Amino acid sequence: MKNFGFKISASRQLDMDTIQSDLYEKLIQLEPTAKRCLMCGACAATCTAAEINGFNFRYCHLLMKRGILDNLAKELSKCMLCGKCYMVCPREINTRSIILKMKALMTETTPKHYSL
Amino acid sequence: MERKFWKNYQKDIPDNNYYYERSCIRQSFFPGSETTFLRIVGDVLGKQIEDDQNLHTCTGIGYHADVVPFETTQTIIARLFSLMSEKGYRNFVPSCVTSFGLLNEVVETWKHFPEELQQTRDFLKQATGREFEIPEYITHPCDIIYKFRKELKEKMRFQIVNQKTGEPLRVVEHIGCHYSKVFPQAVIGSAEFPQVLAGMVEEWGGQVIDYPERRHCCGFGFRHYLIMANRGYSIANSRKKFESMEPYHPDFIVTNCPGCTMFLDRWQYTIKEMEGKTYDKQGNGIPVLTYEEMTGLLLGFNPWDLGLQLHQISAEPLLDKIGIPYDKEQKYLGKSGKIIDFKGF
Repeated sequence: MKNFGFKISASRQLDMDTIQSDLYEKLIQLEPTAKRCLMCGACAATCTAAEINGFNFRYCHLLMKRGILDNLAKELSKCMLCGKCYMVCPREINTRSIILKMKALMTETTPKHYSL
Repeated sequence: MERKFWKNYQKDIPDNNYYYERSCIRQSFFPGSETTFLRIVGDVLGKQIEDDQNLHTCTGIGYHADVVPFETTQTIIARLFSLMSEKGYRNFVPSCVTSFGLLNEVVETWKHFPEELQQTRDFLKQATGREFEIPEYITHPCDIIYKFRKELKEKMRFQIVNQKTGEPLRVVEHIGCHYSKVFPQAVIGSAEFPQVLAGMVEEWGGQVIDYPERRHCCGFGFRHYLIMANRGYSIANSRKKFESMEPYHPDFIVTNCPGCTMFLDRWQYTIKEMEGKTYDKQGNGIPVLTYEEMTGLLLGFNPWDLGLQLHQISAEPLLDKIGIPYDKEQKYLGKSGKIIDFKGF
């Protein structure tokens, strides 16, 4: 096989009919403000932890929404729970509550994903 | 009400007097296509079309690669318009779909921001002493072929039909994103039902395949290809389309975009080299034609005058299916009259 200096990227397509959405549905029940998120990224832009360890609230939110749970526990552990993101959120989403609820859901329902 | 609604999906295409702008990349990728279009419009349809030698880039590649600022793009496009105005034309016909999208973007900008138009007029005047008029119509060449598809059919020697079985050939039509998705209202059928290539294929006897990834991008995307590190993403898009169309066994692909023709053609070879996979039963790959090449073939033009020898995927199996005669010995006949010898390349 010839080497052209690049490879064919793997597809990142998600099948919305088959993703694991039950955790996200539970999250919305526990913290309904999560539904209001428009993924603007103000939370990530203001995050102090992001400067230190690359934490990104929006990314975590998307991972759970899309049912991609493999790295979610590790990402959630980077949050310092300072609450700055809550202060800047234009939709008044309780981001800190969402982080705590996501951690709880991950621990309770999918322990296999919660090995840091 | 119904008629009014469908008006949104129609487009006014001028009957005559076209000012043609050649494409930067088409002249190197598929140089026969533009000459073929000029032959079709000028000789076959008997229309007036200007092939101006003084034209230049629209900056599309540089603009979409973020190296040319929009003010520069506007001024350079204004110079194109000034050349058109100088020759007395009002119908601008850019060969490339990226030019088509960019010209529409600039004209639309001027509608909403008259100060940008005035600034462009000032820049052009200062730089070149020229003035310009905004075209009455910006029409892509495929619109013109589509408009005259019935007239052309009467003059065609062949149809998109398998000469042995009499069955219509199965055709994948791929529309360039910069043609239908930048300004959908500027397109026949809008972005939802772009009809321009499907209309030609169906009129000329072929069967259009409606496969799941029909409207997916070919993967060119300028920066996706121009930067080598991103080419894996570019080729992944093309592969997604090939895998989606493969179960429908297309006989050929027809496109209206220089980048789409290039990449749907060349990436088949690259995928074969990288993964050993081809997307037709015989292992030759699916031939990819521009709409001018398809029209020229059906009109009976010599395939080698159309430039089919420059395609990565050999077109001969398709010519055999339709029953178009060709001389194998003449495939690489140079302008000097000698056969070009590729030994040592």
